[in-house]
Formats: sequence, C-alpha cells, structure tokens
Amino acid sequence: MNEGPVLELQQLTHVYVNEKGASLAVEGINLTVRQGEFVSLVGPSGCGKTTVLSLLAGLLKPTMGKVLLHGEQVTGPSSQVGYMLQQDYLFPWRTIQDNAAIGLEINGRKTAASMRQVDELLNELGLPGAGGRYPYELSGGMRQRVALARMLATEPSVLLLDEPFSALDLHIKLQLEELVHETLKRRNKTAVLVTHDLSEAAAMSDRVIVLGRNPGRIRAEYKLPDGIREASPIAARRHSGFQTVFEELWKELESEEGGEAGDG
Amino acid sequence: MDERKEEESVGASKAELTIAGDKKGAWLSRLHESYKRRTARISAAALSTQGLLLVLFVAAWELAGKNRWVDPLIFSYPSKIANQLWRTMADGTVWPHIGMTVAETVTGFILGTLIGTAAAAALWWFPFLARVLDPYLVVLNSMPKVALGPIFIVALGPGFTSIVIITLSITVIITTINIYNRFREIDSGYVKVVRLFGASKAQLFRLVILPGSFPVIIATLKVNVGLAWIGVIVGEFLVAKLGLGYLIIYGFQVFNFTLVLSSLVIIAAVATLMYQLVAAIEKRLMEGWRER
Repeated sequence: MNEGPVLELQQLTHVYVNEKGASLAVEGINLTVRQGEFVSLVGPSGCGKTTVLSLLAGLLKPTMGKVLLHGEQVTGPSSQVGYMLQQDYLFPWRTIQDNAAIGLEINGRKTAASMRQVDELLNELGLPGAGGRYPYELSGGMRQRVALARMLATEPSVLLLDEPFSALDLHIKLQLEELVHETLKRRNKTAVLVTHDLSEAAAMSDRVIVLGRNPGRIRAEYKLPDGIREASPIAARRHSGFQTVFEELWKELESEEGGEAGDG
Repeated sequence: MDERKEEESVGASKAELTIAGDKKGAWLSRLHESYKRRTARISAAALSTQGLLLVLFVAAWELAGKNRWVDPLIFSYPSKIANQLWRTMADGTVWPHIGMTVAETVTGFILGTLIGTAAAAALWWFPFLARVLDPYLVVLNSMPKVALGPIFIVALGPGFTSIVIITLSITVIITTINIYNRFREIDSGYVKVVRLFGASKAQLFRLVILPGSFPVIIATLKVNVGLAWIGVIVGEFLVAKLGLGYLIIYGFQVFNFTLVLSSLVIIAAVATLMYQLVAAIEKRLMEGWRER
C-alpha cells in the first residue's frame, strides 16, 4: 500500500451539452486511489457516478481537470483499464470462450497460448467446460461471470465496476460479490465500484466515497475499519461493526437526499 | 459451481419421482402423450384440408373449362395446362426460358442485398453522408422505380444487364434503408463493450454492427427474393426474347392463355423452391445465433 497512486482525479469536471442546454454533471472531483485499493462511489441517482466512471475509462473527455493513470493522462480507452457493465452484454453469436477473448482479439493478442489462459480463467471463475457453449445456454449469474472473465482476460491493472451486481438475484449477487472480491484481492487489482447499494459498498470496499448531486461532487469520504475491510463481503456483513458503518453511510446519504427534498 | 448445483437438483428431483413411485411418472408421460396426439391431430386436419381445397379448386376449374361454364380461351383448364407443361418440358423448349429467368432473379436478389448492405455500411461509416442523403432516400423509396425500366433498356440495351438493373432499382433502396436502420439500432451496450477495449471503427463494424445485423440482412434477402421476381418479370415484359416473363407477354399477344397460365405455374413452383432454399440457408447460418 506504500506504492504511488494508480489513479488520480484532479479537479475533474464534466459538462453534458445538447439542444436543451449545457448541464454540469460532475464538478471539481479530487480523488487518489492506491494500488490494490477497492474504492466505492455511492450517491443518489443523478449524482454522476457513471459519468465519473466513463471519465476514468477514457470514454468521455473531461471538460476540465484530468485523470491520471499511473501518472499519465488518460486520453482514451486503454487495455490497462477493465470495465464491467450492469448487464453482461455477451455477444449471442459468439461462444463463451470467444466472448471472453474479445478484448484479446481487438488488441491483436489472440494466440493459442492466450486462449488457454482464457480457458483457465473460465475454470477459475467457476465456469469449467462452458467455453464452447453460447450465452443463451447460461443463467444470468453465469453470464456475468463470463463478463468478469472478459474483463480480466486482457490483464488490466485497474478495474471499473459499473453496478455489475444490481441486475442479479440476491443469493447470486452475494456469490458474485464474493468471487469478484476474492479474485481482485488475489491479483492485487485496483478497483472502483459504482453502486447504489450501501451494504454492497460497505462490504466490498476499503473506502467509500459519498457523492452529492446537482452537480455531482464529493460529499464525504469514509474509510472502513480494518476488521470489515479485510473480511470477505459475506463475512463483512456478519461483522459486529457492520451495522454501525452502514448506519453512518446511510445518514450521510440521507442528509444529501434530505437536503434535496427540503428544497422542493 | 452453479452448473454442478443444477445437476444435483435435477438428480434430486429424479430421485423424488422414483420415491413417489411409477404412478407419478406414468401420469406425466400420459399427459405428454395426449398433448402430442392433440397437436398431431390438428396438423393432420390442416394438411388434409389444404389438400382438399387444392383438389376441389383444380376439379372445379377443369369442369368449368371443359363444360364451357367459363371461356376456356381465356381461363384455359388444368389438363390443358398440364399438357402444355409436359410437352414443352419434354421437347426442351421451356428450359432456356426457366434458366434465363432464374439466373436473372438470383443475380438480382443477391446483388441487391450485397449492394444494399454495402450502401448501408457507407451511411453508417459517414454519418454526414447519411444526414445529407436521408431525404433523397425517402423520395426514391416511395417512387415506383419500375417506371425507370425503359430508360435502363435504352441506355444499356435489351437483355440480361438491363433486366438485372431494373431488379436492383427495386431492391437496393429498401435494402439500404432497412439494414442501415438496423445498424443504428444495435444496443449501445455492445458498442460500449468493444470501445472499452479500444476497438477501431472497422473492428466495431466487423465484430458488433455487422454480425448483430445478420438476422435482418437474411430477412431482407428473403424479401428481395420476392421483389426480384417482380423486377425480372416486368423487365422481361418490356424487352426480353427469352424468359418466363417473355412467355407470358407472348402468350397474351397471340391469345394463348394456356401458355400464360402454365408460365405462371412454373413461376409459382420455382419461386417457392427459391424461397425454401433461402430459408434453409438462413437456418444453417443462424445456428448458434440466438436472441436472449
């Protein structure tokens, strides 16, 4: 944890412009993420969580400020950054193996050796022998595992998770949280999770950032106590201090939402 | 992990079934049997009704023609048509006509689909081009393009080329519009997936846009089979010295309606065959491709 920052957000501001006008989505966000750290962004809807993630991925260009990845400015998508979406978006005409390998194919790194690694990855993520099957043959939870394999196959150092568990049933969601948490910790990956589920954020993260809205900016930063931080997501939920943490986060978010309601 | 669990649960339910005794299994399979019998009965009834209708129609036509209830000069009758078909097939005079028309139609619908797809790809690649061409495409699409037939014939000379061009004038515009619309409808999530891996525009097209539009392209191919027949027959009406459309127009001119109707019977048979072939190709190409 004493290495240099992996991600740095400096005075990050983004404006969406369309016919109706220009709207400020996020404003003046400063954040530093260290190697191996798991950071969650939580906040009310419309607080620009996904905008921040798109800026980190290089999908959007910041209107002001900049994003640094390993000290270099992000100008577009790179193979150093992996991204997981809310839906799996597996291509129905590709086999599971080909779906997981699409990043390698795009980057011209698809070889017999890399395909063997993809197979190993699928095994590791609990999908042994599924490589030759098609997405429609798999359940929602299994498809999201394939999406995880697709993200990991290109070996990115930073992983951006855009509510990847929110479309799943509760027990599948817990299983997958556990799998993602364990896989990322083992590989010492840096991750930023966007979620609206406070207990998910608290159970998985080292640090939770609460965003306010109109425009989106950092309201509060919450470091999780070591006991919860080191436990797996399911174990963390059973930790004696978890309820306290949850309530503190809840209050933080409540005051943000309450402020909004009071205005109206 | 999930998979193993699923298998276990199937195993468990099997065990339950055997514990509950054979009665339960027999009960379920009895329900299945009666369901299968019911659907088989409906299919058989539909098929025999279809056959009966055809036989009744042909018999009524034959009787009406032979007994001069309708003018046999204009409406002919089935045995006369069958006789005509048999004679021209046996002496080989009809085959060059069939060959010519089939060659024109196949060239027409394949080229029409390919050119339309290529044009759609150009519109997708250059959004400004699409923006500029939009009103022209709308106007062209609503225009009856067969009316341009005589111009093509004068410009390109009578024969195969101008007939294929008439066919293309019917198929290309609508193909372009349909496939371009599909290109734009591809779920942006899929586009995001490959853009996040740093895909180029060509990679985006090859990996996502084109394969994602495949079902629509095949469906358009099927529609174009029908449109190509219209183009070819109209083209042959206008100029040809060979082909089924030529036989029809010749039959009209010499008042040989048996020739006209027998040519229509051939067209119906060949067009059905062609459609079935394209449907079979579609089935093969679409294996593995499933919507979620």
